[in-house]
Amino acid sequence: MDALKLKILEILKEDARRSAELIATMLGTAEAEVARAIKEMEAEKVIVKYATVVNGSKVDDEKVTALIEVQITPERGRGFDAIAERIYLYPEVKSVYLMSGAYDLLVEIEGKTLKEVASFVSNKLSPIDRVLSTKTNFILKKYKQDGIIFEDQEDDHRLLVSP
Amino acid sequence: MIKEEPTVRQAKSMKEYLAPAVRSIPPSGIRKFFDLVSNSKEDIISLGVGEPDFSTPWHVREAAVRSLEQGKTKYSPNSGIPELREAIAEYLHNSFQVTYEPSDEVLVTVGGSEAIDLALRALITPGDEILIPEPCYISYSPITSISGGKAVGIETFAKDQFKLTEQSLRAAITPKSKILILCYPSNPTGGIMTYEDWLPIARVVEEHDLIVISDEIYAELTYGYKHVSFASMPGMKDRTILVSGFSKAFAMTGWRMGYACGHSELISAMLKIHQYTVMCAPVMGQVAAHEALKHGLEEKDRMMESYNQRRRLVVKGFREVGLECHEPQGAFYAFPSIVATGMTSEQFAERLLYEAKVAAVPGHVFGLGGEGFLRCSYAYSVSQLNEALERIGQFLKKL
Repeated sequence: MDALKLKILEILKEDARRSAELIATMLGTAEAEVARAIKEMEAEKVIVKYATVVNGSKVDDEKVTALIEVQITPERGRGFDAIAERIYLYPEVKSVYLMSGAYDLLVEIEGKTLKEVASFVSNKLSPIDRVLSTKTNFILKKYKQDGIIFEDQEDDHRLLVSP
Repeated sequence: MIKEEPTVRQAKSMKEYLAPAVRSIPPSGIRKFFDLVSNSKEDIISLGVGEPDFSTPWHVREAAVRSLEQGKTKYSPNSGIPELREAIAEYLHNSFQVTYEPSDEVLVTVGGSEAIDLALRALITPGDEILIPEPCYISYSPITSISGGKAVGIETFAKDQFKLTEQSLRAAITPKSKILILCYPSNPTGGIMTYEDWLPIARVVEEHDLIVISDEIYAELTYGYKHVSFASMPGMKDRTILVSGFSKAFAMTGWRMGYACGHSELISAMLKIHQYTVMCAPVMGQVAAHEALKHGLEEKDRMMESYNQRRRLVVKGFREVGLECHEPQGAFYAFPSIVATGMTSEQFAERLLYEAKVAAVPGHVFGLGGEGFLRCSYAYSVSQLNEALERIGQFLKKL
């Protein structure tokens, strides 16, 4: 990928709402060039989505999130992919990662209640053929997500005017 | 028998005890504006700071913590820990092609400010004239006076991109001229000097036998130009005290870590004052500075790229709202002209503060040539800068 696209991605990762005009100014390049690069990256699925990072603890309908360690028997010829696909198609599943170490897949589940997550694990995930075991870890508090610290630690502590 | 009260001699007015040199220094214009801003409680966006918005890189902070855990809490050699002096010499050699002997040509100080103070105190004989291109960092003139020297400002102009010119330097020189203080890239203008700009200046310095104190604290923050150290100019190394520090490039303002490099006899004279006043720079800060030089250059480049993006944003923003703004090529300040509004920089800055809730420093506090300008730091987030530009635009429309 060219240097311009990488720089655009850096700027958009900080704030997805930045316009092509603003990015062009920041990079000292033409707006049309930035717009074209963004369009290309969207088409190539380099940019998959423009999302908002929400501090769930400040929202009333806070959700329950669990990280589930799943051990599986890989399938002949397709390894872990087929089983991972079966799991990630469930709408409750936010993310699935193939891991090294003591277990194979790390599955992130989001539900309204503890009960809902538990029932997903026992009724949908565990019964899948080739799933050997699951271990459910509930997230109790999020301190930092996607590089953003949720507490007010990033206040500007500088003097208002200095030499 | 009535006991007689002992007579107590009243102290004079405290002012009368003060040293005349200190008494005669006017209060800093920046201090006055700071008080104004601090007393204004409402939601203010400040463009008034002279320091990075980044925190010191994490690995640098960790190095300091580790040094504390290891109990490195004792005095260091007066001129600084040897590893740091070596790292400074190596860095200056690699980055700016100027070579110093770590053992006797490098002195670690408490910020670049102490280095400048030491240099002036080591050199000035009362009555010497110290040439200072202005607008400039606010401290040069007062600390010159405290050392018994006479500050002579040399005005620089926006039309010359605030560069020092041979002609204006020559015009300011008298038989009493002894020192020239340079600060490029410049706080507050963002002006820089290229090799070609330096050549005639070096010629004049040699002709008139001047000593140069070159404050290169912003050397790492240049955009599209490679910084040229004045000490690297032919024949200038022995006439120059190169002053720099870690505050700006490595976001370490609060650590107060700086250094001075120069001829061993000058450094040795500065060391005398340094050892009798501060002994040595704080050791944990020296460890952090060493880590910054050894492993922090990549992080520095990342910060610089970010400043550059914001620089383009503010310069374009000022021009769009109708303020003339020369393109700063260094540091992290824009210096737009407010002459077209008909106000003085102080009036403009005060009204901008009260009516638009944006704080920026009026240019006149930086000396000759500063009147009619506003120093605006762009070491702020893009959203803050956008909001400030929006407010300034609205304010100008209402005038």
